[in-house]
Amino acid sequence: MGMGSVEHRNWKAIVAGVALAACAALAACKDPVETRREPAIGPKDRGLIAIKRAGCGSCHEIPGLDWPSGRLGPSLDGFDDVGLIAGQLPNRPDVLAAFIRNAPSVKEGSSMPPMPISEAEAADIAAYLYGLDHD
Amino acid sequence: MIDALWGWPPPVLDPAGPYSGKVTTLAWSLFGLGAFVTLVVVFALWVAIKGPDKWKAKLGGERAILLGGVAFPGVVLTALLVWGLTLTASLTEPIHGDEMRIRVTGEMWWFRVQYLDPSGAVVMEDANEIHIPVGRPVVLELESADVIHSFWVPHLSGKKDMIPGRRTLLRIEADRPGEFGGVCAEYCGRQHALMGFVAVAHEDDDFREWYAERNERLVSAGLDITRQVESSSGSGTQGSERSTVTRTGAGANTNSGQQSGRTLFMQSGCAACHRVAGTEANGLAGPDLTHVGSRRTLGAGILPNNRGTLIGWIGDSQSLKPGNRMPSYDMLNADELEAIAIWLEQQK
Ligand code: HEC
Repeated sequence: MGMGSVEHRNWKAIVAGVALAACAALAACKDPVETRREPAIGPKDRGLIAIKRAGCGSCHEIPGLDWPSGRLGPSLDGFDDVGLIAGQLPNRPDVLAAFIRNAPSVKEGSSMPPMPISEAEAADIAAYLYGLDHD
Repeated sequence: MIDALWGWPPPVLDPAGPYSGKVTTLAWSLFGLGAFVTLVVVFALWVAIKGPDKWKAKLGGERAILLGGVAFPGVVLTALLVWGLTLTASLTEPIHGDEMRIRVTGEMWWFRVQYLDPSGAVVMEDANEIHIPVGRPVVLELESADVIHSFWVPHLSGKKDMIPGRRTLLRIEADRPGEFGGVCAEYCGRQHALMGFVAVAHEDDDFREWYAERNERLVSAGLDITRQVESSSGSGTQGSERSTVTRTGAGANTNSGQQSGRTLFMQSGCAACHRVAGTEANGLAGPDLTHVGSRRTLGAGILPNNRGTLIGWIGDSQSLKPGNRMPSYDMLNADELEAIAIWLEQQK
């Protein structure tokens, strides 16, 4: 009699365990990768992606980018607090975007070379740089 | 840059050719068998602790030990060993047909790439980028110039060590076109983590075109591809003097930076370590820059390749990859750096 009830409880425990494992397995089976939706990303995230793709870090230290951290150009840390862009241009998003794409065209003789990025990418990068608020 | 090429699914689970396919099949089989054995062991454990007495007795019996503890592992492990060893051997089989040959040499911290003709002579040199045709096995001859490195493009094959003083072989093959990231897979010093490359697989026609383009450039520079390469390993002067003349005019159609870019490259010492076929630059210590303008990456697979990153690398390589063997050329001014970069961009 006693024996029987102990075994009974054992089987219950096993059924519970199997059910638990099945739940865990189900939870692990997310949608296939292609059908999962990308989390919505804003201009700032796109800006950082564009920065990485273009390799701006090969001349600039850029917050949010661990590597590379070149020192040929000025650090872009705290860029929102910079007065004039490259010491000369008004610090406005449109000017910044234009400067990032083709510095010599907006600042005569600038030593930053034109970079291979689209206008949209430049705008995103500007949004990213302005978003680095340390105040 | 390398991260961008790896993506999801992880390349080890996303074979792009027959050799890597075999490795992935073996990996999944090991995983499956491992899972099965784990389940069996857990079940046996349960029987031993809480199972019915009749089962306990069976589990402790001689038969169970002989079957489950000796026969099963003996057979399975032996089979796996044979499978694993034959697979590994098949990845390193020497040439037996018309396979393409490429020699790749690991150097601290980049990959020297030499395309070989069937006789083993170097026909074209490059760095950190390997171009192969789709659907054809390629036999790589792996060497090292300094310490042990390991060559690994998970999409295309297994890993293989590059050992100083020895030549190892590795077969790779792609069955679809694409760009596949590769890395050094054996710790080799400070910048091991920044030592990568890109393998580019082309459809057959594209590959032929690519090859012809490169060849044509060398020929238009007055160079016979084979002779040039021979001369770089032997007495380099005669071949390169002839070509210098032809090359000056070849790309001299950009701005004024052009002429000085080339001159600066030669005068600033770049030529002592870098070779640009068809010019007097014949240095062999660093990566060959003959085709640097057409490469996808700089600094051994780590930076995108554009004018800005070229300038950044030349002027400040020690900030980007500290300890690498190229000094930062910060004694050059911005105009000079840009001029050199513009000239290098044209070396397709
Ligand atoms: C070849 C090196 C180089 C690269 C690559 C480069 N820059 Fe610059 N950058 C410079 C230099 C040099 C300056 C200073 C230019 C000047 O004062 O005219 C500068 C200035 C700037 C400034 C103004 C800084 C300030 O404090 O006013 C910004 C913003 C900037 N760069 C963003 C970028 C972005 C974004 C990228 C990538 C798309 C990039 N840079 C790529 C060299 C570089």
